[in-house]
Amino acid sequence: MGMTEAILLTIATAATPLLIAAIGELVVERSGVLNLGVEGMMVMGAVGGFVIASLTGNPWIGVLAAIALGVITSLLFAFLTLSLAANQVATGLSLTILGLGVSSLMGEQFVGQAGKKLGNLDFPFLTDLPLVGPLLFGQDPIFYISIALVFGVSWFLFRTRVGLTLRSIGNNHHSAHALGIPVLRYRYLAVMFGGACAGLAGGHLSLVYTPQWVENMTAGRGWIALALVVFASWRPARVLAGAYLFGAVSIGQLHAQALGIAVPSQLLTALPFLATIVVLVLISQNVRATLINTPAMLGRPFVPDR
Amino acid sequence: MTTNGGGTLLALDGISKYYGSFKANDQINFAIQAGEIHALLGENGAGKSTLVKMLYGSLQPDEGRILWQGKPVHISNPAEARALGVGMVFQHFSLFDALTVAENIALAMPKDQKLSDIAKRLEAVSKEYGLPLKADARIHDLSVGERQRVEIVRCLLQEPKLLILDEPTSVLTPQESEDLFKVLRRLSSEGTAILYISHKLAEVQALCQNATILRHGKVVGECVPAEETPLSLAKMMVGDDIHEIAPRATTSDGAEVILQVSDLTADGLTGFETSLKHINFGVRMGEVAGIAGIAGNGQSELFAVLSGERTSAPDMVKINGEPVGHLSILQRRKKGAMFVSEERLGHAAVPEMSLSDNVVLTRHGLEKDLQTGPFIRHGTAKRLKDKIAQMFDVRKGNDDPTAMSLSGGNLQKFVLGREVMAGAKLVIVNQPTWGVDAGSAAQLRQNLIDLAAAGAAILVISQDLDELFEISDRLATMAEGELSDFVPTSQTNRNEVGLKMTGAFVPAEGASA
Amino acid sequence: MRLELIKRSAPAPAMRFLSPLLGLFLALIAGAIMFSALGKAPDRALYAFFIEPISEMWSVHELLIKAAPLILMGAGLCICFQSNNWNIGAEGQMIVGAIFGAALPILLPDVQNFLILPLMLIFGIMGGMLYGFIPALLKAKFKTNEILTSLMLVYVAQMLLDWIVRGPWRNPEGLNFPESRRFHEWARIPEMMPADGRANWGFVIAIVVAIALGVMLAKSLKGFEVKVIGTSPKAAQFAGFDAKKMIFFSFLLAGGCAGLAGIIEVAGATGQLRPTVSPGYGFTAIIVAYLGRLNPIGAIVAGLVLALTYLGGEAAQISLGLSDKIARVFQGLILFFVLACDTLILYKIRLSFGAAQKGAA
Repeated sequence: MGMTEAILLTIATAATPLLIAAIGELVVERSGVLNLGVEGMMVMGAVGGFVIASLTGNPWIGVLAAIALGVITSLLFAFLTLSLAANQVATGLSLTILGLGVSSLMGEQFVGQAGKKLGNLDFPFLTDLPLVGPLLFGQDPIFYISIALVFGVSWFLFRTRVGLTLRSIGNNHHSAHALGIPVLRYRYLAVMFGGACAGLAGGHLSLVYTPQWVENMTAGRGWIALALVVFASWRPARVLAGAYLFGAVSIGQLHAQALGIAVPSQLLTALPFLATIVVLVLISQNVRATLINTPAMLGRPFVPDR
Repeated sequence: MTTNGGGTLLALDGISKYYGSFKANDQINFAIQAGEIHALLGENGAGKSTLVKMLYGSLQPDEGRILWQGKPVHISNPAEARALGVGMVFQHFSLFDALTVAENIALAMPKDQKLSDIAKRLEAVSKEYGLPLKADARIHDLSVGERQRVEIVRCLLQEPKLLILDEPTSVLTPQESEDLFKVLRRLSSEGTAILYISHKLAEVQALCQNATILRHGKVVGECVPAEETPLSLAKMMVGDDIHEIAPRATTSDGAEVILQVSDLTADGLTGFETSLKHINFGVRMGEVAGIAGIAGNGQSELFAVLSGERTSAPDMVKINGEPVGHLSILQRRKKGAMFVSEERLGHAAVPEMSLSDNVVLTRHGLEKDLQTGPFIRHGTAKRLKDKIAQMFDVRKGNDDPTAMSLSGGNLQKFVLGREVMAGAKLVIVNQPTWGVDAGSAAQLRQNLIDLAAAGAAILVISQDLDELFEISDRLATMAEGELSDFVPTSQTNRNEVGLKMTGAFVPAEGASA
Repeated sequence: MRLELIKRSAPAPAMRFLSPLLGLFLALIAGAIMFSALGKAPDRALYAFFIEPISEMWSVHELLIKAAPLILMGAGLCICFQSNNWNIGAEGQMIVGAIFGAALPILLPDVQNFLILPLMLIFGIMGGMLYGFIPALLKAKFKTNEILTSLMLVYVAQMLLDWIVRGPWRNPEGLNFPESRRFHEWARIPEMMPADGRANWGFVIAIVVAIALGVMLAKSLKGFEVKVIGTSPKAAQFAGFDAKKMIFFSFLLAGGCAGLAGIIEVAGATGQLRPTVSPGYGFTAIIVAYLGRLNPIGAIVAGLVLALTYLGGEAAQISLGLSDKIARVFQGLILFFVLACDTLILYKIRLSFGAAQKGAA
């Protein structure tokens, strides 16, 4: 395997958790809910995936556990913001704080242990093809899930009636309610889907990317995923582009550090965050696109009248 | 006991709905026959909206039965209502700005129908009834009248047996209203029952065969509107004699111009709204100038630029001959200009704050004892609140309630009183009596006329033509961000103004049945 | 069974005070359950977590040391959140404040007089303001989401601190440890009662600032402006209040408070710059603001409560053998339950049994 392939593969591995978490949050935000707790759900997924995989010895059960913990964590958010109409921004933050705390506690005895890695696919012949082989047929299974999620969510949102209904709720929950669409039920399901994705993204970190448990191992990726959704103006295909761009930036800075470029390593580590800020500023310049695509109800609580 | 065909389609038997101890609907009984156009009359807050929400399944009655074609039914959500054959055109549209017409309509249709089929059918039906629509247009690009068409066509596609319309003409020009009536009469002749909710008496008389009148949540009478007079209908609605506006001599012709607007041009407030195009007019001391027009044609933008919530080139707006276009709303208030915005809650007043805090909202920097250095004197604010409440008859539950707990009429009296109690040279009011009960509305109009008589220049922006004809000396009409010339009210009529409301665009010709 | 919210006709004033107490109580119950799950007797564990840490004088001093930055930043964030400016980057503003303030004793170690400490505090404030200015500018000028930018800047600030302590500012006599030179005596905030414990005058500064902000919010026109802009932006415009200026005002104010907290932390308890200056105080301050009802005076009480969770975490580690991460869990639980109970301010909650009957026809 050549250098180019290796770099492309690591970019894909770095981009995958961002992509999955962002695509989940995209669905949540399309329904009009802003869940800032992605980091918290993701880190819960990471610890859950690692711990269960270690205990059972099966990384696949770990993946399922990661998803389950993401969903459970998201349900806390859903109950507060949907059933109790609590402030979504503050609740999302509380979810992140809680997730970071609980995950540290859960994972304490597992710090430093070698984990179970989810193996890459290996098709005889196909995977051995030059360049395209390892890229198309030799990656970890979650990579394929992430790509499927992009196309699946895109199809769901823009080609199905249920997706249309979900978008309509994000556009105007009062109108949706007047037509008899069960706003809160859709939002619960959307938030749970977001939780499942964030959990899976966390599972990817602790079962594929760096198969071990380190406290706060998400390291801000949940927040970058949130920024990606804004960057993509709520379009799934653009999330894909954005995630790979950020994957490239973070891998680029790792290689730069390895090559001993005469720049402080801290600056390179901060690079993805600085890049996020720059990108957010650039994207907020496009007023018209933002106006059309932003779910108008984003962050607003909905309480049906009775 | 089931009767079908021309028999009773819908009957309400003792329907009640409570909110805590408040009875929104109290033992409502009435019936509609197939093919009948039936009016539901009542003031704001009489319980009309609550009642129709129960018919459409959005709310559940606490007591009583709904009989559909003689059988008791339980309508637990709007989808069930639609399945029965109930269609609803909402007053505050239930549309989705960012979606297309076809998508908006699909959301109310059974899930197995394909979007492309719905698009074809909606274009066919809309053409047939003279309500032209493009399936792939996005709602935010449509005018208010076109948006209502989407609502109506959405109902027609479901082939309803009962069509409910909630205040449908409040957003239409008189001509557009006539077109709507043609469609309704045709539907009625095809056997569709229509429940028509309105507080506009003339159109109820013209359109409806029967009327049920609601007051304070109860049915207080039924009648055949054609056999009544507007005054007798109004008395039934209000339960009291209607306050007549005291006429006054209008001699402001040579008077000093207080507000002068010259070649005013401005962008829309958001990317979707109308911009203002080359607007010119003046308002003189002692006169009431009225601006008619359907909401969404630039009135909000005009109000924002006149009040100083948005600024413009200095010369575009002058008060007393002095350029103020670049000044803030605070600086304009200091020059004696007072403003009453369209939305009471969340614009003219902070809903969650007490009335005395809401006094501070617009009087800071104007009343001398309201501040000591950077600090607010809450005692002064409370005294001013009491003064306003007394002078303008603001009825409130306790001494210093939150703005949101007041009724629309009382809050509007408070807001107007707050602005004008210390005297004003210029008063600009947007929709002075929107959503206000008849008694308060009459008082508010009288207040405006009295202010003019005392020498203030008054500019009233309103959708309510009756109101404008009642109080203004001169009238102009706004359409698509442009303003017509002002003409004396005595030299124009509703039809003429109505035509102007359609502005530059050609009104859609209704295909007659 | 279904849970329904019934809107109150006016916010319930009693609930404003009861909700945080109820929230704390529920967090304690959840904590007790958690301790049982971890195999500890809940009564004993809660005692060790919440009571033991303040049963001795020196540990009360430790409480005040931890409370000072929480109160300062919590009070500043109250103004931000009330005006609807979501500054969640106080942690970064605190770090930059610490760096700015520390610059004086580190770069000019020979300037030793009474002026140095006040100058350090001012530098700290300016550093925090400068760092708060960035998300404010981006929001006001480009409408960039301030939640994301202020948070991203935290990571950047952490890297900046890491670099400066390991690189240019490393103690030349420090055996290559990643820390700056120790501050000289003139650059240290004096302790209040050195005989009893380490608490310094930074706590008093925090209380004074919180009270001043509390008075500003409750009594002044500026405070009124903060509240109107937060609850009703259009009404604020109608009142002639400038929302853009408020973005700068609130971010600079909260940033200044955070910067002050940063320099108080390093010139007080630590006495030098290290790769981390705060165990997440900037984020905990968000909880302080909420638990304190977004009221700076309330933030004083809330700051003390949350400072206790840090001490409790340490105590749990020592006397119960649990991870000190349990403090973070408690902090999350408190915010979580307070937010849940805040629903009672605007709504009544009704449980309806037997969901809507279907299809009677």
